[in-house]
Amino acid sequence: METVFNHPLFLPVSMIVVIIAVFPLLAGYIVLIERKVLADFQVRLGPMRVGPHGLLQPIADALKLLLKEDIIPADSDKGIFWFAPVISTFTALTAFAVIPFSEKLAVADVNVGVLVIMAMSAVGILGIILGGWSSNSHYPLLGALRSAAQLVSYEVALSFALISGLMVAGTLSMQGIVKAQQDRHIWFIFENYGFMIVPFVVYLISATAETNRAPFDLPEAESELVAGFHTEYSGFRWALYFLAEYANIFVVSSVAVTLFWGGWLRPFPAVAWLEMPLNVGLPVLIFLGSGASSLILVKKLKDPVQQKTLVGAAFLCMGVAVPFLIPAVNAAIIGLFWFLFKVAVFVYIMIWFRGTFPRFRYDQLMNIGWKIMIPIGMASVVVNALLGMLRAS
Amino acid sequence: METFSFYAFAVLVLGGAILTITRRSAVHSAISLIVSLVGVAGLYLLQQAEFLFAVQIVLYIGGIMVLFLFVIMLVNLDEAAKERQFNGQWLIALICATVVGLQVAWFMTKGAGALKLAQVPVAAAQTGAPVSPGNVEAIADVLFSEYLLPFEVASVLLLVAVVGSVVMAKKRI
Repeated sequence: METVFNHPLFLPVSMIVVIIAVFPLLAGYIVLIERKVLADFQVRLGPMRVGPHGLLQPIADALKLLLKEDIIPADSDKGIFWFAPVISTFTALTAFAVIPFSEKLAVADVNVGVLVIMAMSAVGILGIILGGWSSNSHYPLLGALRSAAQLVSYEVALSFALISGLMVAGTLSMQGIVKAQQDRHIWFIFENYGFMIVPFVVYLISATAETNRAPFDLPEAESELVAGFHTEYSGFRWALYFLAEYANIFVVSSVAVTLFWGGWLRPFPAVAWLEMPLNVGLPVLIFLGSGASSLILVKKLKDPVQQKTLVGAAFLCMGVAVPFLIPAVNAAIIGLFWFLFKVAVFVYIMIWFRGTFPRFRYDQLMNIGWKIMIPIGMASVVVNALLGMLRAS
Repeated sequence: METFSFYAFAVLVLGGAILTITRRSAVHSAISLIVSLVGVAGLYLLQQAEFLFAVQIVLYIGGIMVLFLFVIMLVNLDEAAKERQFNGQWLIALICATVVGLQVAWFMTKGAGALKLAQVPVAAAQTGAPVSPGNVEAIADVLFSEYLLPFEVASVLLLVAVVGSVVMAKKRI
């Protein structure tokens, strides 16, 4: 047994299993959070029926998608139609391999980590294009064309933003980027006299476009293209596209967190006296607080089964706080907590974008990409290089 | 394991290439070309050139092939298939292919000793530790010192192509 745990492949393989097993569930709950948050923005309740406050909705949705009939259009290109969602899901999940969840928790630390993520997102475009083309119908084809043009354009701006970040880090390895921030006691967003905020904003906007999220969701604009490139998809194949989209959101958020916001590091990683309040106090407060505050909601529910489920969920949430109180366990999981906490903030910001901004017109989208984002990205690379030399000298 | 991966990628490269020229549908050809390019990327990875691997995928598959597919979808292929075809010159093609093949074979036999595959240090391979100190740095060093002039010439060439395509696409500048 010992030899199994000490084998160099044990951690990567178990991480792979955990990611593939847990992420679909996580994606389902991100969808629930998205629906709830959007409902809150629009002053309505959102899903309320399945489970207390819709807590079991993702599971019901997943079951429905798995059991639904898989319709393949008669005139479609069957092989490609069958394979296209696989490309999207495969590339999105492969990108997880280089994400540093904490100092030790990562599938692999490749020395071209950022490039691997870029490569995977580049191949992921193919899934959308081929899916749209093989459906052999007008709306998907238009969606695929839009998506190809949009993703290729915004990838350039995205790369420029990444180059700025990488110049400060001096390495392409995802773990190396966080370690560079650890050594310099600063999150890179505040590096180069605060100028890094410019490439970060460029990154955030282009990443939203890269993931086909509103306000850049023209490839699936429901008011003009029905559902864009996945109009003809149903059931499990559609679920694969969906999974890929949420996996991509998670991945671009992780890259933003790693490159600009200190990865698994806590705020002010060098200030020792903040260790207790931030590394123990905050997670305990978050989990205990959210558990306790959902107990208040129990009384308002009428159905006894729903009441019991909510009490169970609340205690589960409070139970998560316990490991953070044990020093040895805390040291092992606090990196993971900070990483996921920051990623969650980014996911929330993306939902916030969707709830706030109206969709761009196609020409506006291209103008923003080519006339604003790319020039700013290029300029920020040059300015960053100068500031970096100034700082180093 | 390494030999097995090499042959697997080689099959991808050659099989993809053959399918590219034999498939009737243009989109199928493009997909086969993508498979072939993935195989090449895999061969780079086997040679411990992980930077080339990533760049091959980002540029060729993510950039060039996406644009290929974009154009194929826009062009009316049924019309194009009825036009006069230029692929009936198999005699010239055969001669060209034979000459190039003989050339490659000759140079390969002549420089057989110089051709070396990247070797994985045995100790490092056993412990699973990262082997290469930095493929990216090595390429950057060579590119910006020894081969600076060809690099700059290539970028000027690309600039000319960009300016030219803008001039051709836009009627009034």
